[in-house]
Amino acid sequence: MPYIPHSDTDRKAMLERIGVGSVADLFQDVPERVRFPNLDLPAALSEMGARWELESLAEANLTAGEASCFLGAGAYHHFVPAVVDALVSRGEFYSSYTPYQAEVSQGTLQSIFEYQTMICELTGMDVSNASHYDGATSTAEAVITAINVHRMRRKKAVISRFVHPEYREVIRAYTQGLDMTILDTAGEPEDIRGALDEETACLIVQYPDFLGRIEDLSPLAAAAEAVGALFVVVADPTALGLLRPPGEFGADLVTGEGQGLGLGLNFGGPYLGFFAARQKYVRKIAGRLVGQTVDTNGERGFVMTLTTREQHIRRERAISNICTNQGLMALAATVYMAALGKCGLRTVAELCYHKAHYAAAQIDGLDGFSVVRDKPFFKEFVVRCPMPVAEINEQLLRGYVIIGGYDLGEEYPELEDHMLLCVTEMNPRQEIDLLVSALKEVTS
Amino acid sequence: MSRPLIFEISRPGRCAASLPDLDVPRTELPEELLRDDLALPEVSEGDLVRHYTHLSQMNYGVDTGFYPLGSCTMKHNPKINEAMARLPGFTNLHPYQDQETVQGALFLMHTLQAFLEEIGGFATVSLQPAAGAQGELAGVLMMRAYHQERGDTARNVMFVPDSAHGTNPASTSMSGMEVVEIPSNQHGGVDLDALTAACQQHHERLVGMMLTNPNTLGLFERQVEEICAVVHEHGGLMYGDGANLNPLLGIARPGDLGFDVLHYNLHKTFSTPHGGGGPGSGPVGASPALADFLPGPIVKVDPDRSEEDLPFYALWMPTHTIGRVKTFYGHFGVFVKAYTYIRMLGPEGLRRVGEYAVLNANYLKELLKGTYPLPHDRVCMHEFVLAGPPKDVQEADVRTMDVAKRLMDYGFHPPTVYFPLIVDEALMIEPTETENKETLEAFAEAMLQIVAEARDDPDILHDAPLQAPVRRLDEVRAARDLILRWQPEENEA
Amino acid sequence: MKLDPEARYTEHHEWGRLVDDEVVCGITDHAQETLSDVVYVELPMVGDVFDAGEPYGVVESVKAASDLYTPVGGEITAVNEELESAPELVNQDPYGDGWMIRIEPSDPDELAELMTAAEYESFVGEEEG
Repeated sequence: MPYIPHSDTDRKAMLERIGVGSVADLFQDVPERVRFPNLDLPAALSEMGARWELESLAEANLTAGEASCFLGAGAYHHFVPAVVDALVSRGEFYSSYTPYQAEVSQGTLQSIFEYQTMICELTGMDVSNASHYDGATSTAEAVITAINVHRMRRKKAVISRFVHPEYREVIRAYTQGLDMTILDTAGEPEDIRGALDEETACLIVQYPDFLGRIEDLSPLAAAAEAVGALFVVVADPTALGLLRPPGEFGADLVTGEGQGLGLGLNFGGPYLGFFAARQKYVRKIAGRLVGQTVDTNGERGFVMTLTTREQHIRRERAISNICTNQGLMALAATVYMAALGKCGLRTVAELCYHKAHYAAAQIDGLDGFSVVRDKPFFKEFVVRCPMPVAEINEQLLRGYVIIGGYDLGEEYPELEDHMLLCVTEMNPRQEIDLLVSALKEVTS
Repeated sequence: MSRPLIFEISRPGRCAASLPDLDVPRTELPEELLRDDLALPEVSEGDLVRHYTHLSQMNYGVDTGFYPLGSCTMKHNPKINEAMARLPGFTNLHPYQDQETVQGALFLMHTLQAFLEEIGGFATVSLQPAAGAQGELAGVLMMRAYHQERGDTARNVMFVPDSAHGTNPASTSMSGMEVVEIPSNQHGGVDLDALTAACQQHHERLVGMMLTNPNTLGLFERQVEEICAVVHEHGGLMYGDGANLNPLLGIARPGDLGFDVLHYNLHKTFSTPHGGGGPGSGPVGASPALADFLPGPIVKVDPDRSEEDLPFYALWMPTHTIGRVKTFYGHFGVFVKAYTYIRMLGPEGLRRVGEYAVLNANYLKELLKGTYPLPHDRVCMHEFVLAGPPKDVQEADVRTMDVAKRLMDYGFHPPTVYFPLIVDEALMIEPTETENKETLEAFAEAMLQIVAEARDDPDILHDAPLQAPVRRLDEVRAARDLILRWQPEENEA
Repeated sequence: MKLDPEARYTEHHEWGRLVDDEVVCGITDHAQETLSDVVYVELPMVGDVFDAGEPYGVVESVKAASDLYTPVGGEITAVNEELESAPELVNQDPYGDGWMIRIEPSDPDELAELMTAAEYESFVGEEEG
């Protein structure tokens, strides 16, 4: 037993000190009826055996590295420098708990403080918390923040239908007991403006939106402000390497998925929900906050602060039940942002932009395909296809080892036979050209 | 001694990343939508590595030393788990890939669901919740949905013991329900008379009860079957907070005890690292009556796509699901680690985890109880709660916080302090099964030495820690003069 | 424990004192001592109307958050904006510069029904005993 150190001698000596005859005697409080069940589980493996089993399971999957991946829709195939995993793999970081004891947790606390600063910088906001579970839960927490800012007097959230469909589902799940109205049928700015009223606690839009499109959000910010609703922007952090930050448009809260910041795809998790706010909402937001202070020698140090908002003090009156953040994922994102730095993140964003536009232009030239170009786009774009998306994807996979785009028809009936393609810095020109020729072949 | 911030070692023009050249023609950028500046740090890879290596050295982890943080189960994090979770065949999968291309990953999830069902005694498990608190929220929403589905819409009262974790009442409020606190009896368990009276009073409105067993005093709830029975009798459901599941591995299954729904903490019980506060993972198990309400998707065998001897694993939404509580399928990377752990231990190994977690806690309790007051002196489970330092020491104004800070000077991480709220000056100690006898004895020795120091010169404790990377930090100043980010101007001035 | 002989007291450890037909309110010296260093006070808006005993704000230390309850019912005519930048005034001078709100009472007799300084002193004694 590699993880349990006790020898027989140890056990006997310990039992003697406790004053019981056997380990089983320690469980007298457990009803006899259910005590010591026989668990129907496979027998233990050696480390070698476990490795073989896990390696064979891993090999049974097709990775985005083996294939050419053009799938995005909320999880992105971006490059992760080796330095990220090297640093988050340090046991002092990953085997520690939440930094409740600040004096022996300065590594975690300072790195969160650095993370908070970088997220503020990226989003153009005043404050950032230490993170949430993912982009969707971060956005659900924004809805709860908004109704708290309005002291529960407004319980309507207007959400653009071009916010990620799963984010909208998560918001519904989170608020199902709170007697709220979630309105997510409007998509175009004029329809969204029409849905706002004096009951609206917040307006949520995505930037770039789920279809990859970008636009000046100032008019929507103004419309939200006019009715006293909080303006919440769900942003792609990679896009913010290039694009104007939501803070400049007048966002009150900015949330989003931090997975693209050095976390890898990981079959959907663990990811990172970032959450930034204007200063005036700092006491109304959920999640951990790390603040700067001094120790008794006057040296700079960091502590968790404003903890009275949290569940372990407020209990049933807490803003949220959250008690962890995504500590290690926030650290990975911090290392990633520091590694890429001022210029690197912009370079990644520009590579995505130019490659996506090259791919779009090539595909637009194919018979039967057309790229929807109603607004500028960043790294994802919508393609109208001459046959069902599922059929195209199946042939791309079988014939060319290409992971094709997201089928939009299910969530957006008007976009039947429309595919959402994503191109990043991970797609060299040959892969894009292969996709274009494959699309041509499978539809001819 | 404080370290510079990454921004303070930044110099214009440095960059730690090497990115490919553009290999396609440029397209005009949308000028009106471009940002002016992005003030991220500029450092070389060498500087970056040294900076975060230094920061890591200012941190204390299980890999560094003994971490008896009560209620947190800081057990050893096996290295094979980390290696397996980093296999490219797991890390480099897109969640929306064709399910045919991720059968290995879906098999792993399906099998982990089955393992957890067997270990907890539940019909169905959903792996989706991201952490214990989210598993709790999911469980509470499921209980609400169950009553609503039956047309029993007046039910909106949840019972929570006064010893509960703060997340229990917070999850209840977030679900739009009302919390009624149930007092503890003198043995540290739920006061059954008070519970029965509350059941009668709230009969028509009772959603159910949230119970941690063993409770936050580390005591097994002897009347757990009676508690479940009375709540069920009044139409309520029993929620199990699985934070303290470690001592029950192979010892008792919560489903067998009468719980209807339970969250597991893979980051406590199943050895996945806490990561400095996440990622956790909080799967939820449900009885047959509640299984249809689980959050999803979960993994099932799809008979239509299966061939003989070759089952096809598919993602599936439970019929009356409360919905998705996060995007995609949960913290898959954490599942790989928990799966590896369960495969390495097998059924006998898991039972030994439960047994030795309890043996270690009782041994350490014996070593300390003569010196530190122990409010409930009975056999404990995985942890125990002391009522601070001895009375004469407390009278010299030496408190639990002082003992905690002084422990750092002895090279130990402090226990959980001031929780549970029902014990004054609480010191909550959970050694876990992975600590050896000598470590427990060295820790006990330090605890006794600290009391001796306090009697000799209380100021040694008031000034502690002396050996940690920083001295005691001013939390009042941090809260009054909020500084939540680095600002270039202030630091140049 | 310091007391203001002019003020009246509630069981929630709040005080109210009649000044020019309005009631000035705050928390007692005993309350600030129990809380320890106050780091934040959340106050209502001028013009808000409360019944007696209704929560009107929150006072926070590093470790705790406590609701504030009105000693008497009425309309808020002023709040102590100093507390936003200097919450420590609540610790330093709970009956003076650490005041929280002024209320125009809807029932002028309500204040007289509360505890006197002497009654409050024995109430605290019993609570602690």
